[in-house]
Amino acid sequence: MAQMNDLAVLVKELEEQLVTCIRCGMCQSVCPLFEQTRKEADVARGKLALLSGLMENIFEDPSGVSQRLNKCLLCGSCAANCPSGVNVLEIFIKARAILTEYTGLSPVKQLIFKRMLANPKIFDTLTQWAGRFQNLFIKDQANAQGTSCARLVSPLLAGRHVLPMAKNPFHKSLADLSRTPLAKGNKKDSGLRALFFTGCLIDKIFPNVAHASVKVLTHHGVGLSIPQGQGCCGIPALASGDRETFTRLVDHHLDLFKNEKFDVLITACATCTSTIKKLWPTLYKNPTSGVKEQLDALSQRTMDINQFLVDRVKPDFGKDAPSVSGPSGEIVTYHDPCHLKKSLGVAAQPRKIIRAAGKTLVEMEDSDKCCGMGGSFNLFHYDVSASIGNLKQKNIADTGCTTLLTGCPACMMQISDMLARNKQNIKVCHPMEVYARALEEKIK
Amino acid sequence: MISQSVVNELKKIVGPEHLLTEREDMLTYSYDAAVLDSQMPCAAVMPGTSPEVGRIVALCHENRIPITVRGSGTNLSGGTIPESKGIVLLTGRLNKIIEINEQDMYAVVQPGVVTASLAAAVEKRGLFYPPDPGSQAVSTLGGNVAENAGGLRGLKYGVTKDYVMGLHFFDAQGRYVKTGSRTVKCATGYNITGLMTGSEGTLGIFDEIILKLIPAPIARQSMVAVFDTIDAASETVAAIIAARIVPATLEILDNFTIRAVEDFSHAGLPVDAAALLLIEVDGHPVVVAEEGEKVESLCRKMGAKNIKRAETDEERDKIWAARRSALSALAKLKPTLVLEDATVPRSKIPEMVRALQEIAKKYQIDIGTFGHAGDGNLHPTILTDRRNTEEFKRVEEAIEAIFDKALALGGTLSGEHGTGIAKAPFLEKETGFSSILFSRQLRSALDPHNILNPGKITGVSK
Repeated sequence: MAQMNDLAVLVKELEEQLVTCIRCGMCQSVCPLFEQTRKEADVARGKLALLSGLMENIFEDPSGVSQRLNKCLLCGSCAANCPSGVNVLEIFIKARAILTEYTGLSPVKQLIFKRMLANPKIFDTLTQWAGRFQNLFIKDQANAQGTSCARLVSPLLAGRHVLPMAKNPFHKSLADLSRTPLAKGNKKDSGLRALFFTGCLIDKIFPNVAHASVKVLTHHGVGLSIPQGQGCCGIPALASGDRETFTRLVDHHLDLFKNEKFDVLITACATCTSTIKKLWPTLYKNPTSGVKEQLDALSQRTMDINQFLVDRVKPDFGKDAPSVSGPSGEIVTYHDPCHLKKSLGVAAQPRKIIRAAGKTLVEMEDSDKCCGMGGSFNLFHYDVSASIGNLKQKNIADTGCTTLLTGCPACMMQISDMLARNKQNIKVCHPMEVYARALEEKIK
Repeated sequence: MISQSVVNELKKIVGPEHLLTEREDMLTYSYDAAVLDSQMPCAAVMPGTSPEVGRIVALCHENRIPITVRGSGTNLSGGTIPESKGIVLLTGRLNKIIEINEQDMYAVVQPGVVTASLAAAVEKRGLFYPPDPGSQAVSTLGGNVAENAGGLRGLKYGVTKDYVMGLHFFDAQGRYVKTGSRTVKCATGYNITGLMTGSEGTLGIFDEIILKLIPAPIARQSMVAVFDTIDAASETVAAIIAARIVPATLEILDNFTIRAVEDFSHAGLPVDAAALLLIEVDGHPVVVAEEGEKVESLCRKMGAKNIKRAETDEERDKIWAARRSALSALAKLKPTLVLEDATVPRSKIPEMVRALQEIAKKYQIDIGTFGHAGDGNLHPTILTDRRNTEEFKRVEEAIEAIFDKALALGGTLSGEHGTGIAKAPFLEKETGFSSILFSRQLRSALDPHNILNPGKITGVSK
């Protein structure tokens, strides 16, 4: 097969990274997918072996490898636990791109990524229209999570509890925000200037997280700029192997940020932070001179909002913080998003903030175990995604908490679905939301 | 290859979702953790119950199809590579802890239970399952028993074979065999339990394993001793044993390994030390205190320039985390890592350590040496790149030199990784041909069609 030989040549680009796997199999102990299926092709060692197989040209067509490669949460648990330090995520994403460029993107994905996601304006308009009509198709379940279900039997939604699109996406309120002075109660200027990257899910489904973040940062005297016209960080396209759309989106933002003055780029979304920090510099396609340096510099300045608040703003939580109720506060628990703890090593900071907000934090078992969302993994492998998520909701419920906190909107969606399916009376929030609320109460 | 009708039968036994035959999946069951050529099976089957296992074995016996059992595929001697292209039987779904009996101190498990999960489950009840192979976080108990796996605690607590009280297994024809019992003593029949432990899937396929548990030690004391020469460190090992002290763990790290671990983990190890001994004594608090003192003064007498005791649990964890990261740290240095486990009588440790350094020099290869010095089981770890054929040839020669030295000192080719494919060609050197013949006769009587993991242990003839 001459063509498969071409593919083998392309995959050879990954050889130096592939040979670092010594096949010890330690990834099996942490892979949430393997725990469910016990199949070697579902764990990193198996997938790396399959890529070596492609490189050695032993398959007649790439679809079997491609299918197995895509069945992965990209949670990075394997990489975080790998004795040989194999850069699993980078290899998998690069391999997905090679395979997608070789076989072509499916028509549906072409439509979604190239026509919609790549154009932030069109994407905003489309999602706004979808938001207006969503109630024709889904019905509010009047539960703690605020989820909705399909009105009729729907193959697309199955039994999912989805979170509806917000009536007013965050970007619509930007014009008003730019006129808001620093919140009252704190006149100090921290001297720090931050650029806030909203991210799709926060903009369109959880605008309250963005509002809360703005409130918290202005309270602590951080100067903010939130450029209009932001789009997606590019991870959905990249995970499907569409490096072109990803690169177009990175370009769009580089251009947008060009004239902004800021010390730090912050996001309240674990996935956006980790994408900007780790994937923008490494997976941008064919960077022209200067772009790579620009991306590296931006990566250096990119931070999760919890980490920024605790490590850079360093408020004196004893004095500045809203903590009023002390340890008698509401019982909450915290889920570590893979893209925060495993990818960026951020775990202590959100906990500090939660305590500063006067909550009683009860740790759940395996707080850093993946929730099973994995972006589009949830769309294509809902059954496995739900059984992984079910373990998570059980651990959450076992703490006896009334609110689950986590620093990633994608985890918030998955966990809301899982808690709602199991009729748990537990709210799902971002640490910034509870912290901002505590601030408001204090100011009152 | 297997016929379509056998595939259909297998599908009937386990259900279509638990039978894999696609080429992609076969590739993922073609290797284990050993540095050997891979070989694809023609099917992989995942039974969920013991009757299913029995029916699979009987079907394979009838159709003369080789079976290789696979737990987590962490084998370091090629035992789980399906060399004869038969089927791979996966134990992943046979992963229940059937019973933990606190009164009689034993556990009954299915073969697919992960070692660390049993250890954690019994620890919750104040009991102790000591065997702790390096891969315990993923390795299965079925695999541990089949390979007679060891670990860090071999010196005082022994290895897997010392904890197997009884077994239920299917023989090569799919008939059910019970051996051993739930009692401390058992004198009925042959000691088939002993024979099956370390049989590497060549004599039967496990269904249930009865494992001995012991009370957890009440107190522990860990320490690190720093030496200027590796000779002094290895002489100290011999001296501790000679003083009739049996630490739970007595590990050595050479300078090459110390530097790799420090680069990797920044644990604060002395990178200029020629060798470190990591020692832990455990048991009754009074005994622990007394033995701790004795070990410390022995180390000093033997020339340790610095000894640090762990004062808190965190300090203790740090010591053992450094040891556990030795392999990882070395693995990061080069693409291929060959982990050997030639073992010598413990008094011969100084001589073996010296020989390893000479071998590294002679063949011009990188060898990091660490391991269970207290039980004579060192892990010379060779760092190479298998794609460099010229260097890999020297690596193979060095391995043979290590084997020869271990045997010359009255030792064995493998302390804990098993014979598998990797050491089968060398076994005759250790045991003589008549011993291999004896094993072969035993095997052909029990498995007339040679379907149980063919090619392993006794597979190579001169």
